Amino acid sequence: MNMKPIYLDHAATTPTAPEVVQAMLPYLEGTYGNASSLHSFGREAKTAVETARGRIASFMNARPEEIVFTSGGTESDNFIIKGIALSRKDRGNHIITSSIEHHAVLETCGFLRKQGFSVSFLPVDSNGLVNPDDVKKAITNKTILITVMHGNNEIGTIEPVAEIGSIAREHGVAFHTDAVQTFGHVPIDVDELKVDCLSASAHKLHGPKGVGLAYIRTGTKITPLLHGGDQEKRRRASTLNVPGIVGFGRAVDLAGTEMHAESSRQSALRDRLMEGLLAEINDTRINGHPIRRLPNNANLSFAFVEGEGLLLSLDMEGIAVSTGSACTSSSLEPSHVLSAIGVPVELAHGSLRFTLGRDTTREDIERVLRVMPGIVHRLRAMSPLARKGAIS
Amino acid sequence: MRQTGPYNEKVMDHFRNPRNAGELENPSGIGTAGNPVCGDIMEISIRIEDEVIKDIRFRTFGCGAAIATSSMVTELVKNKTIDEALAVSNRAVAEALGGLPPVKMHCSVLAEEALRSAIDDFRRRQGKP
Ligand code: FES
Repeated sequence: MNMKPIYLDHAATTPTAPEVVQAMLPYLEGTYGNASSLHSFGREAKTAVETARGRIASFMNARPEEIVFTSGGTESDNFIIKGIALSRKDRGNHIITSSIEHHAVLETCGFLRKQGFSVSFLPVDSNGLVNPDDVKKAITNKTILITVMHGNNEIGTIEPVAEIGSIAREHGVAFHTDAVQTFGHVPIDVDELKVDCLSASAHKLHGPKGVGLAYIRTGTKITPLLHGGDQEKRRRASTLNVPGIVGFGRAVDLAGTEMHAESSRQSALRDRLMEGLLAEINDTRINGHPIRRLPNNANLSFAFVEGEGLLLSLDMEGIAVSTGSACTSSSLEPSHVLSAIGVPVELAHGSLRFTLGRDTTREDIERVLRVMPGIVHRLRAMSPLARKGAIS
Repeated sequence: MRQTGPYNEKVMDHFRNPRNAGELENPSGIGTAGNPVCGDIMEISIRIEDEVIKDIRFRTFGCGAAIATSSMVTELVKNKTIDEALAVSNRAVAEALGGLPPVKMHCSVLAEEALRSAIDDFRRRQGKP
C-alpha cells in the first residue's frame, strides 16, 4: 500500500519550509562571509544577520540588541539559567522552577544543584498548571531566578507566565521562560509576558535545525556560556551561523503572517481529533489542560495498552506520533510530565502525543480517526489488563 | 533486514501477527510476570497433557519487544515437554527473533518468567512441589 505519510510529531521538529530553504541557499552558496569580518564579504553577511535579528526582535516586541543567537533551545536554556545563576551568585543561590520543564531546564537546574545552588521544583495541578501562589510562597531572600516554561512540550499546557512574571518583578527576581513550543505558534510579547529572558528554537517553526535565540532584557546581567570572540556583544562567542540565522528570520516572517490563521485551523483539527478519539475509543482520557493548551497539541491515554505498541502500529500505517511510555524512554521511566499531573503509571504507558503542523490536513486527521480504533482494539485484545466488556 | 524503529523484520512480524495471543479456557496452569523495570505485565496460560504443552496462549501489556517475545516463546514451547520448555531461556527467545536491541533484553525475561510461573501453577494444581 502506498499511503501518504502523515507526520504528527511537530513538537519534536517541523519540516523546514521551502521559503526558508530558499532564503538560506544564497548564504550556503555565494555569500559565505564571516559576519565579524570588516570587508565586503563580512558586511554582507552581517547585514543579513542584523535584518533577521531586527525582524525577530519586533516579532516578540523586543529590541534587536536583546536577541542573542544560539545553537538552539537547549543551549539557550543552559546559557540563561547558568548565566543568571553565576552572575547573581553573590545575591543568593536559590532557583525556582516547575516539575514539568523540558529536560534542558530540569537537567541544567540539577547540575546547578550539584554546584551548591538550591532548587525548588514546584508541583503542577492535574491539568499541568503551575500555581502562581506557589511561586510566591517559594520565594526566599536567596531566590535569584525563576524559570517556568511557556507551553509544555508533552501535554501542551500553557503556563500563567505573565502572572509569574509580575511576582518575579515584585521580588526583584530574574524570570526566564522556555518558549520553545510556543514561539511562532502563539503570540509572544516579552513585555506582556513580563519575562527577563526567553528561549526559542528555529526548527520548531519550520526553520532550520541548529539555531535558536536567547532573549536577554536590557539591564539583565548574564555570564556567557561560550567564551572567545566578541560576537553577540560578548554574550556568546562563536562565528555566527549566518545561513541558520537567515532561515530563522524567514521562518519568523512566515509565522508572523500565518500564525493566527494556522493556530485556529490547527486547533479546530486538533479538537476534531481529540473528540473523535474520545468518542470512538472507550477508556480514553485527555492529558493536559482542556483550554489553555498549544493549538497543535493533543495528548491522550488509551487504557490497558502500551504506547510503543501504538506508535509502531501507527508507524506501519505511515503515521508518526510520539509517546510518554516508559518502554520508549532510555531510563525506562514514564514521562515526568505525566507523572507530575498525576496520570497513573499504566495510563502514562498508554499515552500518545499528536502534534499538528501547517502541513496537516483534515484528511490526515480523518485517516488517524479511521485507523486508531482498530489499533487500540487489537492491542487491547492482547492485553491482560483489558477488562472483559471494557473493550470498544 | 529492514528495520522498523528499533526492531528487525522478524520481531515486527511477531508484533504484527502474534502467534497464540489470547487466553485458554480451563487451562492446566496460568502464570503472570511483571516487569520491575518498566512496569509491564505478561500472562501465559497452558494446557498440558502427559507432560507436554499441548496448547498455550499469552496476553501482554508491554512494548513491541514484549509482545514479540511472548509470541515467540509460545511458538518455541508448543508441543514440547515441560522439561524442554523449562530449558528455553530468555536469550534463546531473543536469538530466535534474530536479536533484540540491548535496552529491550529485559522484556524477554518477562516471557521466560511468565512461562515458568504457568508451569509452577500447573505443578501446584497437581499437588506437586
Ligand atoms: S515491556 Fe516495557 S520496555 Fe519492553
